[in-house]
Parts: sequence; structure tokens; C-alpha cells
Amino acid sequence: MQDRNHLSDVQATNTVSLIENGLIEIPMLQLLDENGHETNNKQSPELDEATAKRIASTMQYVRLLDERMVGAQRQGRISFYLACTGEEAAVVGSAAALSPDDMIMSQYREQGALAYRGYSTEQFMNQMFSNELDPNKGRQMPIHYGDKKLNFMTISSPLGTQIPQAAGYAYGQKMAGQPALTICYFGEGAASEGDFHAGLNMAAVLNCPAIFFCRNNGYAISTPSEEQFKGDGIASRGIGYGVKTIRVDGNDALAVFAATKKAREIALAESCPVLIEAMTYRLAAHSTSDDPSSYRSKTEEDKWRAKDPIERFNKWLDGKGWFDKKAYEDFAESSRAEILAAVKKAEKVQIMPVDEIIEDVYDTPPWHLKQQLTDLKIHIAKYPEHYPKTSGRVK
Amino acid sequence: MAQMNLLQAINSALITAMTDDEKVMVFGEDVGHFGGVFRATSNLQEKFGKRRCFNTPLTEQGIIGFANGLASQGSVPVAEIQFGDYIFPAFDQIVNETSKWRYRSGGQFSCGTLTIRTPYGGGIAGGLYHSQSPEAFFAHIPGMKVVIPRNPHQAKGLLLASIRDDNPVLFMEPKKLYRSSVGDVPENDYVLPLGKADLVKEGKDITLLAWGAQVEIIEQAATMAQEIGISCEVLDLQSILPWDVETVCESVCKTGRLLINHEAPLTGGFASEIAATVQERCFLHLESPIARVCGLDTPYPLAHEKEYMPDQLKTFEAIKRTIDY
Repeated sequence: MQDRNHLSDVQATNTVSLIENGLIEIPMLQLLDENGHETNNKQSPELDEATAKRIASTMQYVRLLDERMVGAQRQGRISFYLACTGEEAAVVGSAAALSPDDMIMSQYREQGALAYRGYSTEQFMNQMFSNELDPNKGRQMPIHYGDKKLNFMTISSPLGTQIPQAAGYAYGQKMAGQPALTICYFGEGAASEGDFHAGLNMAAVLNCPAIFFCRNNGYAISTPSEEQFKGDGIASRGIGYGVKTIRVDGNDALAVFAATKKAREIALAESCPVLIEAMTYRLAAHSTSDDPSSYRSKTEEDKWRAKDPIERFNKWLDGKGWFDKKAYEDFAESSRAEILAAVKKAEKVQIMPVDEIIEDVYDTPPWHLKQQLTDLKIHIAKYPEHYPKTSGRVK
Repeated sequence: MAQMNLLQAINSALITAMTDDEKVMVFGEDVGHFGGVFRATSNLQEKFGKRRCFNTPLTEQGIIGFANGLASQGSVPVAEIQFGDYIFPAFDQIVNETSKWRYRSGGQFSCGTLTIRTPYGGGIAGGLYHSQSPEAFFAHIPGMKVVIPRNPHQAKGLLLASIRDDNPVLFMEPKKLYRSSVGDVPENDYVLPLGKADLVKEGKDITLLAWGAQVEIIEQAATMAQEIGISCEVLDLQSILPWDVETVCESVCKTGRLLINHEAPLTGGFASEIAATVQERCFLHLESPIARVCGLDTPYPLAHEKEYMPDQLKTFEAIKRTIDY
């Protein structure tokens, strides 16, 4: 490595010849075809029945959660939502290949990873309704989850910032001698941010055991990937940074699981980053504030609807004799009921008392924050009807 | 006690912190074997190994992003930004990430262990991009602490306090004084409190307030004023955020006058914040308007550096105007 970077070791040529994009073909790992048949007859994928079923039920659950919460936003019950429809396999399949000790630093469309780790419907709702039971104390918009116990770093809205952070977190894990790594999720749009380039390069140079998982879902809000980059996707960049890289069919949970499992082994054994580019499609709108019909066709969406990751995986399960139609339908019904009940419950829980407004800015509030809170409470006490959510608890 | 210059005091603080806590890691551009462009990190890699003191690629946003992740994991990063002028690629990481990490997670996670060291300020013929004093940008960020020492003793004590404080701290070092400021520094471990101003000299007619390299400028102005019978109280603010409103206001209530001096441009500088708060708290004690002696609202010039700087003569003139108001 040291030598390769030295100019004297570069092979000389006397021909003017430019290297073209596409010179290196980066294939896409696919273990299941669109009908759920294994593409490799010689070697069956290493996925046990229990894990396979947990992947399937988590994907089904987040599909239901997304449907219900988009509806809740339309009804005005929550302000915002962001669905992962079509990308369930990419997120759940990768999360399933991790150890619970691995830190997840996500972008914002990875509710599947959180659900796989056991985040409950009630916890999802407390966050989305910004109530006082939300561990983030109702401070962030819906879907900005975070849970220390589940090793899921609290989400922030700015795109790509988590990429160099994941390098740092992973470096810390290595220094602490932990047999764990960090997985960092992001989209192909976020990979245009400077933080992507900074983070990947730092992770490579500093030998950080991290998995950089790109969901290449074709769109950054309305901008299609052909207006986002000119090169061969995001995978080609990994090679440029000296990062081991694999491209995978993001709608094939089995392939995603296998690629992530391998990436994890390599990252820990060799103490290095690995880049995974999952080719998928954002069937959902970017968020509830977005309407994709203004920038893409129904025909295009239908083409991808036919590659539905959940159906594909269920077909494979069925072929193995692991799919129970009755249980599938029962789970759908019970999950819908559970989500609805949790919505009704969470929306009735009050928000944090106003005293919390100055907590967690610093370890303890300094003088100026204390003074500002005192002034604010005097004001609220004067106009209690104008601040109905907190005035009752202002003393 | 040992005679040290400001750089040696910084180096001594880093050695003390790294010896005391193996989770402390020092990194940035050229900080490894080379010891940093100013040599603040000399010998750290030799003493503590390449895993705890290392070079990073040339990317400020990467350095602070990496440091944020490392801090949130529980390590104690001391990240160096080679010049304060080059901190801006990391602005997003500091404004949106470092400082909000604890708040947005309801206290589940934080970057409290992070310290960012950066040299700042003029007086070294550094022109536009090796001279700036960007403290006011960072004083506008809830969740950050901003600390600036004025001499070797303060530098070691305040840096050790910053590294151990459970909040992210931007530690700005007056590079003009790196080698010129020399003084007695305890070789052992000690900390000085954050958020506290330091009374440098007592006086009764006017309070002069500055931080970093400008403290010696207001001291010189105070000596000139003394010669014409004006008694100046000299304060070093030391912590820009949170700042010591009590000490400042107590002094102003006593003297009835305040002059604030900083190298950064006048408009939107931290003097504005201090002046607003002091007039609110000390209105009936003030004998004259609060004076600000600051850099011009221009980029930091090279050939006109001397003219740009809020030096002792400009300060002396402002003292007289304030007294004669």
C-alpha cells in the first residue's frame, strides 16, 4: 500500500490513452431471481429458518407501518412521514446480518433496521407523536429515531453527515477492542455530499471497521440518479478510495444478507471498511411532502413494483416450506390493529414539560439558559391559554 | 514550575491528558510524527503510538465528522484544525452535529468529550486566510463551549479543563503568542475553570475587556492610560461561551465604563453580545456608552495589517473618549 502510493512505482506508458468509465465491470450479486428461485443451484445460501422468518415478518411489518403512518399523516395526526416501500429487503436484509452490538448510523429510511432490532410499535409512535415518552424528548420531527439500548444512533436530518461519523465510531470500537463494527446507511444522493468522500477516504486510510451501505434507490427527492452522477453508480467510488466493494440486488433479501455477512467478516477480520451498493427503487414518495407523479411515470413504478422484495422473499420461503399463508395474514391483521391502537394511545400522551426545553443543550444548563427559562415561564404563566400544552405544569 | 512558551504548554497539556486517560486521541493534518505545523503535538506519536496520535487526510469536514463519531462512541478526541481560517468546511459538522448531538437524542448520546483545537488570530503577516478570529460564529451555536487562553499557564489549565469537560469545546489558540508568550507553568496536572473571566489588573475608572492575544494589547493601553491618571480594570474573558456575565457586570458596575476589544470585525462580533447584555444589567451604573475597539469590517488585510489591528493606540484613544464623554 505504502509503495503503491509512491510515484516511482507507477508504471510508465508511451501511449496517450485515457481510461474510460465502465472499464471495470461491477456485477450485482443476485441470489434470488424475480420469482424467488435461487440463482445458484450449487450453493444454497446460509440463512437459517428462524432468521429468514424474522426478516420476512420485519419486512411485512414495516410495509404495514408505512402504509398506516402515511395515512396518519394524511389525516393530520402526525406532521411528517417517510416510507421505505420497495427498499425493505435492502435495509432488513443487511440489519439481519449484523450483531446486536454493531452500531447502526442510519440516514432516515431505515426503520426496517430498527424494527428488526426489536423497536416496538409503541416506541415508534412515541417518537412520531413527539410525546414525553419519546427518549428524544419530542425534540425532532417524526422518523428521527434513536435508541441507545439498541445501538441505533439518533438520526439527524442533514444528509451524509453520518458517513465520516461512522468512520470515527468504528475507530473507537476498534480502539476499545470491541468485536463490533458500525454500519452506515445513506442514499445515492447523499453520496454527492462532501462528507461521503471525506468519510470513505478517512475510513480507508485509518482502517476503520465499518460497513458503508448505500441504498441506490434511483431518486434523491425528484432528482433521478442520472442527474446525480456520471460514473458507475456508487460502487465505482469505493474502488477509487481503496475500499473493498460489493454491489448487490437490493430487492433480493438473500443477496443483501449474504453480502452484508461477508462484508462484516472482512471488516472485522481485516479492520477495514467495506462499501455495499444495493440497487433498489424508492417506490414510496420521498416523504409525505412529496408527490412523485410530477417527475416519474406510473409505467416506471410498475416495472419496479413487479420486483417487489417482499413477494420475492416470500416465494423463496414458500419453496423452502417456511411460508405459512394463514400466519402471514394473521400477522398482517394483528399488526394493523396494534399500530392503530398505538397511534390512539401515543397521541393522547402529553409533551414534555417546558423545563425540558433547556436540558441536554449542555451537560447542565448554564446561567443564560436558566435565565431564559425563568423568563419564558413567567411569560407562559401570564398567557396560559396561548401555551396550552405546557402552561398547566408551569409553576 | 517550568518556563514554557504557549506551544510547550499546549504540548504539556496534551501529554498530561493522554497519560491520564488512554481514551484521549489526538489527530488532524500533520499532527503525527511531524508534530503539527506549529509543533503543538511534538513527540505525542512517539510517546503514545500511531493509534492515539495520527495524521488525517486533508479534510476538515472529515476530521470533525470522524471526531464526532469517535466522541459519541465514548472516546476522548482532541481534533486539530490547522488554522481557524480552515474550519469552515467543518462548520456543518460543528453546527448541526457536534453541538446538537445531546439535545436531539434526549441525552442518550453526546459529543461531550470532544475538544477541537485551532490556532486563530493575526499579527503574523498571514493575510486573509491565516489571520481570522472566527469565535463569534461559534458563540452563536447552542451546545458549544468556546475557550481562548492568553498565556502558557492559562493555556495548559484551560485545555485540560476543556478536554475533561463533558461538553464539546472549541479551544482557540492565539498563534501570535505561540512562541512569544513565555511563563511559569506547573509541570503537574491542573485545570482552570471554564466559563470564568480572569481579573488581570484592578482599576476604578473603566473596565477593559478582551481575550486571547488582545489581552496584552489592553494591558499596554491600561499602562498608557495610567500615565495620564486613568485607572483601568483589565479583564480576560477566557471563555466566550458561556461567558462570565457576573464578573464582567460586577466590574462595570464598579467602574461605570466598559471598553471591549477584539481582533474580529466589529459588526456581529462578540463585543456586540457583551455590550447588549451589559447595558441591560448595568444601565443605571453606566457613565458613558460602551466602547468597542475591534477589527475593521473588511477581510483581514496583509499589507495593512498594522492599520487593521485594534492596537493599544486605538484602545488608548477610545479610553480617553469614553472617560471624556
